[in-house]
Amino acid sequence: MSPREIFALRDYLGAELKGRTLSDAHHVVSLTDILSRTVLGGRLRDLSGRAVLLRLSDQLRSGIAMIELDGIARRMLLCPPDLNPAHLDALIADAGIDAVVTDEPDRWAATGVSLVVTAQLPLQATPPPQTERATEWLMLTSGTSGVPKIVGHTLEALTGAIVAEGPAKGPAPVWATFYDIRRYGGLQIFLRAILSGGSMVLSDPHEALADHIARLNARGVSHISGTPSHWRKLLMSGSAAQFAPRYVRLSGEIADQAVLDGLKAAFPNSSVGHAYASTEAGVGFAVNDGLEGFPANYLGNRNGVEMKVVDGSLRIRSTRTAHAYIGRNAAALTDGDGFVDSGDIVELRGDRYYFVGRRGGIINIGGLKVHPEEIEAAINRHPDVRMSRAKSRRSPITGGIVVADVVLADGTDQARAKEIRDQILDQCRAQLASHKVPAVIRFVEALEVTPAGKLARTDA
Amino acid sequence: MSVRSKVIEAIQQIAKEQNVKLPALSDDLSLHETGFDSLAFAILVARLEDETGVDPFTISEDAAFPATVGDFVRAYENVPA
Repeated sequence: MSPREIFALRDYLGAELKGRTLSDAHHVVSLTDILSRTVLGGRLRDLSGRAVLLRLSDQLRSGIAMIELDGIARRMLLCPPDLNPAHLDALIADAGIDAVVTDEPDRWAATGVSLVVTAQLPLQATPPPQTERATEWLMLTSGTSGVPKIVGHTLEALTGAIVAEGPAKGPAPVWATFYDIRRYGGLQIFLRAILSGGSMVLSDPHEALADHIARLNARGVSHISGTPSHWRKLLMSGSAAQFAPRYVRLSGEIADQAVLDGLKAAFPNSSVGHAYASTEAGVGFAVNDGLEGFPANYLGNRNGVEMKVVDGSLRIRSTRTAHAYIGRNAAALTDGDGFVDSGDIVELRGDRYYFVGRRGGIINIGGLKVHPEEIEAAINRHPDVRMSRAKSRRSPITGGIVVADVVLADGTDQARAKEIRDQILDQCRAQLASHKVPAVIRFVEALEVTPAGKLARTDA
Repeated sequence: MSVRSKVIEAIQQIAKEQNVKLPALSDDLSLHETGFDSLAFAILVARLEDETGVDPFTISEDAAFPATVGDFVRAYENVPA
């Protein structure tokens, strides 16, 4: 048996496609001649076969370093920007890191890492390297407490859904995402841009939303993804009116009907779809019929992705899932049959499954288990509500009650607050069991969103 | 607004929301006879905490839950400022 041909990112970056770029708020880099350029000061050879920690302060250099390292390094560990530095030692030990690519070499001088390579702009000329091996991609889970888990992927698994979908119709897309490309959701978009022959516009955490949208417009962004929280922020900002992407994608959190309808109204000429994916389970599926949840016949084996529901939780087996947790005390990633338990709880209503929340996010209300997401979805159906967060509050009577913080849509008359509160409560009583109806609704200006783009849930 | 009228107003609002038909609220009406269940009382205590800044039933560990509407109102009136 002959060995399978190894594909690396550079194989999708030939010079025949002109005008491709990767850009952020400060730089525009041509992807057309990227294979004869280096961000690593020409030191890629030194990183051959190494386990490389990619720890950079910006996405642009990170993306170019990924292109160079894929197929050369033995493995590369992507560090998202909000990674707590206190966890670095544990991650370096668990991933067997023996080299680091950084823009702050001084910080690494006194550490035990034997090889420190500085990533720098402008790019320098270099002979195009040859792919040597299939590099293992290591990503970090976005849990809020403790050392994040290291999740092992291959490029083949990471790009499985993109290859299966085939090339997009029409001109090569210009992709953008509100995510950081060093997280699974953002990396998917970066890989889509590269595999599709298109361009990509990166986000910048320090940029105001209106400036970001202006930049997306200036660069002709046609395809864009973000979490429902990212999109709700955009809808609230008043900046959506200046923007007209062809394709709008949601992932990373539950896309409820309210946010799908809001996006369809804001972008009447766009396709709006939501995708289900996680760092561990990979890309499960995309839903493009404009409705929340997914058709029940997605269960079973569909396009090589097998899904089943066990104890309410969605389990996925496919070639797109991660292959293992990496580290000294790493737990098993899959069950005995190779399924990843997503921990995402679904409920069958009619011929559709609906996401009701995370198994780990359940709040306890007087001994009853409640998913805050289910309450939020009911609140968000009110036309004047833009986003909401439900949580538990201790009660001397029942142990716990539900309270909700609600952000009203832009320009809502504050004098209507009491009327809106009563309508929200009526709506919740009609749709939810009585213990799930918020006891108290508080109107707030904004809700905290984590660096990973998800609604911050401090009590979950 | 006096503490008493805040409490009474909150009771009436929750009764309306919960479709509870309240009898006339007098001080010696037992709380049981209001028709409120424990969830309704939990909502009442939470809202009054937001409005008055106090939860008299959590502050004091040995506070017995009041038996009548009058006891309930006094629990809020008697909280030291």
